[in-house]
Amino acid sequence: MGGFHIVVLVKPVPDPECYDRVEIDPAAGVLARQGMPSVLNPSDRHALEEALALQERYGGRVTLVSMTPESSAETLREALAMGGDEAVVLSDRAFAGSDSLATARVLAAGIAKVLPFDLVLAGNESADGGTVHVPSQVGELLGVAHLANVIRLEVDADGSVRARTRIENGYVEVEGELPMVLGLRREVNTPRYTSLMGVLASQEKPIRVLGAEELGVDRSRVGMEGSNMRPGKMSRPSFCRKGERVKGDPEEAAARIVGILRAEGVLG
Amino acid sequence: MAELKFTQQQEILRKAVREFVEKEVKPVAAKLDAESRFPMDIFLKMGKLGFAGVFVPGEYGGAGLGMTERAIILEELGRHAAGLAMALMTHHLGVDAILSYGTEEQKKKYLPDLAAGRKISGLAVTEPTGGSDVAGQLSTAAHEDGKWVINGRKCFITNSASAEVNVITARTGEDAKGRPAFSAFIVENTAEGFSPGREEDKVGLRGSSTGDLLMNGCSVGDASLLGGEGNGMKMALALFTKIGRTGMAAIGLGIIRACLEDGVKFAKDRVLYGKPLSKLQAIQFEIARNRIDYEAARLLTYNAVGLKEGGAGADAEIAAAKYFATEGAVRAAKRTMDLMGGYGVINEYPVGRYMRDALTTISCGGTSHIMQIIVAGQTLN
Repeated sequence: MGGFHIVVLVKPVPDPECYDRVEIDPAAGVLARQGMPSVLNPSDRHALEEALALQERYGGRVTLVSMTPESSAETLREALAMGGDEAVVLSDRAFAGSDSLATARVLAAGIAKVLPFDLVLAGNESADGGTVHVPSQVGELLGVAHLANVIRLEVDADGSVRARTRIENGYVEVEGELPMVLGLRREVNTPRYTSLMGVLASQEKPIRVLGAEELGVDRSRVGMEGSNMRPGKMSRPSFCRKGERVKGDPEEAAARIVGILRAEGVLG
Repeated sequence: MAELKFTQQQEILRKAVREFVEKEVKPVAAKLDAESRFPMDIFLKMGKLGFAGVFVPGEYGGAGLGMTERAIILEELGRHAAGLAMALMTHHLGVDAILSYGTEEQKKKYLPDLAAGRKISGLAVTEPTGGSDVAGQLSTAAHEDGKWVINGRKCFITNSASAEVNVITARTGEDAKGRPAFSAFIVENTAEGFSPGREEDKVGLRGSSTGDLLMNGCSVGDASLLGGEGNGMKMALALFTKIGRTGMAAIGLGIIRACLEDGVKFAKDRVLYGKPLSKLQAIQFEIARNRIDYEAARLLTYNAVGLKEGGAGADAEIAAAKYFATEGAVRAAKRTMDLMGGYGVINEYPVGRYMRDALTTISCGGTSHIMQIIVAGQTLN
């Protein structure tokens, strides 16, 4: 079989349609995801599209890798309906509360289980975390070249790569060789729609679930314990309206109200 | 008694269809209605995604799914563009006519293009002399010199201007009891003596074309006869139930959901007397009635489709679902217009279109009176 083995990092995130229901667990300082419907992270669809386009062009294999609770496997099935050959779910209670580096450690361990790879593609950022750290951290941990903010990608059959990355006032053209880890921005392509044939085919595609033990990760280096970044103290601003009842005869009351408004800076 | 629960595969399919409809169809739905235009470009995209051949087996180029999946697609399309859903529903009539009654040769010849949406199909039975009165058809087909020569005029035919592969019924003689016998034919739009006629300016469902088909000495070969000579009426009636009425029920369901969702959004956004409309109990009652109509129509529709798919006759259940979902769509549209006040009659909002679409679904696939006659007949017998 020719072509590349492309690993696509995907993440189920809270459905943006339900953002009004999102709450933060005040004790843990993390999103309370229980009961929230999840969807495939929007940027990840672009990463998957790029992988599928390369697969259509050169052949090869596309593997989806996700660190997510096993209960979110349905979202992986949705991703497989769009395309890809198999999915690997990295799921363990020990992973809960991982910051971006701890997450990257788990993902790198997961990718190590599907070696050899030629290219790892990821959405540039997740809709819920949005750190833009993970693709580069995974690249460092795997010891391969990595690049984030990619807005255009060309890969030749011999594995040479030309990528354009967005910077603040323009873009940078980068050339390199596979293997690589790339974080793709949404401008890179337009994801395809999922076909009914894809939905049907996804039911037969394998989804492997691997825990901390199978991955051989050091539990002290993942999850809340293995995270350098910890949520700080949380406080909620008060949205209460300030009220004061002004009594007295109308002229006195009016003068008092004008005084209050002046003091508050409402009147000049 | 098990709850109505869709499979994981069906839920994923619904999400996939919804995404397509919201991105590709919703933005142009009002324009299609205003221009009374069937969007061939969108139909082609739907074909590539498998909508056109959802229930066609993979060996003929279809998605190989079933009638429940078809109903989900029509509900989701009906949510934003009932007219386009109507065009797809009618395409399925022609497709299933060939799939269920065609010879292997006919299936191989026509189904791959129809399932992929590269060609559009339709079923032409209704004539100026009646639609529900199927035996009132006057079109004739005579076997002359090894060919069938069809003469007559069909009217109110959906996809009349766009269908390349038409399934047409015509009188071909009399049965043993002297009653008119009908046969069905596959007539391509390039056939000699065949042409689409006038197009109607419909009240609703304007994202589909509807009009006449004219057969003036239309000549087709023996290979065009579908389902055997004399079986045309039986086939047409079966297709009306299995494909037509289930499809119309699903489209009606989609319209009810449109009214429910748009009504809820408006009631939450619009502030009156210093608070959202949704806080007023009178408005809550309208929302509740829309929800009740939606839930009931949903249960009736998917239950009837499931019964049919399981091999039951289900004529009464399907007629009940079609009756309830399409009448429910009219009720829901009226309530939503009412709760929106002045905004309800402004064409900037789609609820007026929902009302016109809902009204138009009543006559498609048999009127509400006919549906009640079917239900009563089954109940009394």
